[in-house]
Amino acid sequence: MTATIQSPRSGKIQPKYRRSGGSKGNFEMLAWLFMRLSGVVLVVLIFGHLTVNLLVGEGIHAIDFGFVAGKWADPFWQFWDLAMLWLAMLHGTNGVRTIINDYAERDATRLWLKIVLYAATTVIIILGTLVIFTFDPCPVVHGVQLPGGFCPAP
Amino acid sequence: MPTKPAGTLYRGREGMWSWVGHRITGVVIFFFLLVHVLDTSLVRVSPEAYTAVIGAYKNPLMALGETGLVAAIVFHAFNGLRIIAVDFWKKGAKYQRQMLWTVLGLWVVVMAGFAIRHLSLALGGH
Repeated sequence: MTATIQSPRSGKIQPKYRRSGGSKGNFEMLAWLFMRLSGVVLVVLIFGHLTVNLLVGEGIHAIDFGFVAGKWADPFWQFWDLAMLWLAMLHGTNGVRTIINDYAERDATRLWLKIVLYAATTVIIILGTLVIFTFDPCPVVHGVQLPGGFCPAP
Repeated sequence: MPTKPAGTLYRGREGMWSWVGHRITGVVIFFFLLVHVLDTSLVRVSPEAYTAVIGAYKNPLMALGETGLVAAIVFHAFNGLRIIAVDFWKKGAKYQRQMLWTVLGLWVVVMAGFAIRHLSLALGGH
């Protein structure tokens, strides 16, 4: 049997030498790209979040139920916070996944750490998404409408 | 006595320490994010529950913690942009060291501004 060696860059690579393809596909490249793209967007989203919540007006003292209700009465801030939640959680999860792969040497340890990580990520993303979209900014507590200029009169 | 290999190993100096800093700040931010989604979720439980927990963020010790957290976020953000420049800009790898010092300079300026504003609000007469 003779082995044929293709010329470099011909694109005809024997399957066993192929870097992409196979069961993992190009997942790692996409993960690398995602970290950069989401990172740029997160800088804008989080710096905006910190400015509006901590630096404007009374800063942290203004934050209470009414403050959150006022923001989420507006679809703009609902979308802002939703994008921040998903991008930050996926960016952070992929970062921690990388760290687990780097430092956990035993196969079983890596597997279990990643199971715990992905479970936590799933719970937090679903919980946060539900909270943003099922939240009622104008709750009636003990028959009394909470004060808030954005709430209709009961 | 064997001599240390010189200039053959990738270790030390700005490149490695910025990598270490990026990892540590990243992990810190990730664990805070988990807690922060949980505490914000209390708005769905009741206004009182949310206001009680968010009250914990308003004491002076937490104000220092928040400043530390923002310091981690600002470093991670600026150094992340530096990493993107190293990866995508033709001269990124050549100027990575200068870019790190730019990151640290911007970090000092932004954090000075943030700390003065946030601490005077958080510790001020309320």
